[in-house]
Amino acid sequence: MTEPGHEATRSAIEAVWRIESPRLIAGLARITGDVGAAEELAQDALVIALEQWPVQGVPDGPGAWLMATAKHRAIDLIRRRAAYERKLQEIGRDAALRPENSGEPDVDAMDDHIGDDLLRLIFISCHPVLSPEARGALTLRLLGGLTTAEIARAFLVPEATIAQRIVRAKRTLTARRVPFELPSRAEIPGRLTSVLEVIYLMFNEGYAATAGEDWMRPPLCAEAMRLGRVLAGLMTREAEAHGLVALMELQASRVGARTDPAGEPVLLADQDRRRWDRLLIRHGLHALVRARSLGGPPGPYEVQAEIAACHAQARSVQSTDWERVAALYVVLGHLTPSPVVELNRAVAAGMAYGPARGLEIADKLVTNPALASYAHLPAVRGDLLAKLGRLEEAREEFGRAAALTGNERERALFRARADACVTAVSGSG
Amino acid sequence: MRYMMLLSGTNPATPPPPELFEAIMKLGGEATQAGVMLDTAGLLPSAAGARVSLTDGKVTVTDGPFTESKELISYALYEVRSKEEAVEWASRFIKVHRDHWAGWTGSTDVLQVMGPVDPAGP
Repeated sequence: MTEPGHEATRSAIEAVWRIESPRLIAGLARITGDVGAAEELAQDALVIALEQWPVQGVPDGPGAWLMATAKHRAIDLIRRRAAYERKLQEIGRDAALRPENSGEPDVDAMDDHIGDDLLRLIFISCHPVLSPEARGALTLRLLGGLTTAEIARAFLVPEATIAQRIVRAKRTLTARRVPFELPSRAEIPGRLTSVLEVIYLMFNEGYAATAGEDWMRPPLCAEAMRLGRVLAGLMTREAEAHGLVALMELQASRVGARTDPAGEPVLLADQDRRRWDRLLIRHGLHALVRARSLGGPPGPYEVQAEIAACHAQARSVQSTDWERVAALYVVLGHLTPSPVVELNRAVAAGMAYGPARGLEIADKLVTNPALASYAHLPAVRGDLLAKLGRLEEAREEFGRAAALTGNERERALFRARADACVTAVSGSG
Repeated sequence: MRYMMLLSGTNPATPPPPELFEAIMKLGGEATQAGVMLDTAGLLPSAAGARVSLTDGKVTVTDGPFTESKELISYALYEVRSKEEAVEWASRFIKVHRDHWAGWTGSTDVLQVMGPVDPAGP
């Protein structure tokens, strides 16, 4: 396998796997009724490909080849299970592992429902019986085709932890007999919320690492955005699916401007807007129009996307429609009441109606225990105080923010702002 | 990782069969469903375009068609996780041409778009 030709084939196989594995696993889960078994069957097909393709060459339709190979294995598995069932019945015991349809599986029906199967796979990977951590890991594994090592690197946790999370998740789904089905119409809103949460958490984990030295982990962002697009394409009538896509695309459009050449973070106000990704902005605004067009009261992702759109469409901080941003934060505060939303409203109100108005809102949050160790509260207050010329207080607030943040680069940024207050004080004094 | 795919080729004398369009639409649909295709469009023959060039300090505008035998046919932007993945999608589009339009020859250039986290060149 060290031959360069073989290495190249191996990379090609991995690429095919990434493209095909979600559909493969989804189709296999439909015929076996078990996500764990489906993933193993798909992996078996991959192993066979890794053995055969470097020698025989990559087949013309590699996806179809993998599907056919896995289907054969699935038929074997189901036949073995059926035989096991019969044996159990012969000896007069009730079958514990009765498959939904016994007998010959309709493997050809697999190709006709790829969209539905993918959607089932998304819903089952994000099922509420699983812990939030397990949902993220399982989703990346089953729908992203990522290896355990890649998922571990993305979440900055040991590989063994991820391996365990995935094994446990699959076991839980089997033990709780979670069917490979689409949620009923009545269940959809709740279940969709869980799916959107998993995707947005994944995106945020990549977008702003809260601990460690990395400001962001782009592959996680990219994967979350891809999954969001897949979901929105499958659930075209769900406004919040489009809302989430819009939110992620608009936020990601700023990635290129969020750090300076030295890797230091650049805050929204200081970003070079020419470096924003116009393609992603266009995509985000388009998704937002889709979300709006579906009618009904906007959900939290759509409202957050509306806020991001205000920034994306403004040529500068000054020309931003801050009154609209502040009003949208009021709406968001009704939908998802949170002191962080209130803090953001303080920032927007400070821009729209002056720093005193912003500070008035932010001051009310100082006694909120939920924000006791939240670095951005003192950072926002520091900024508003500095704008009001209360530099000594501002310096203290930035010092507090630097002490609270877990992100190295953010700390450096807050320290610099604290130092700037000192310079300004001594300069004016 | 973002890739720009530029498809160029030489058409045979026969008109493109409807099956080709059908297959291209299907494959494009798959790429969209997979969440990897960001943008794509077909390009009119260069006879409808122009070329602006700079030679020895002189800017000249030349109307199409350009003299190259191959014509640019379409572009597509993909967001994928590896070069191999981009190459796989490009191969699928090329194979569709092979399978549905006898005599067609062409190629797709798979070019990585410089991004915020990518090294600025080799």
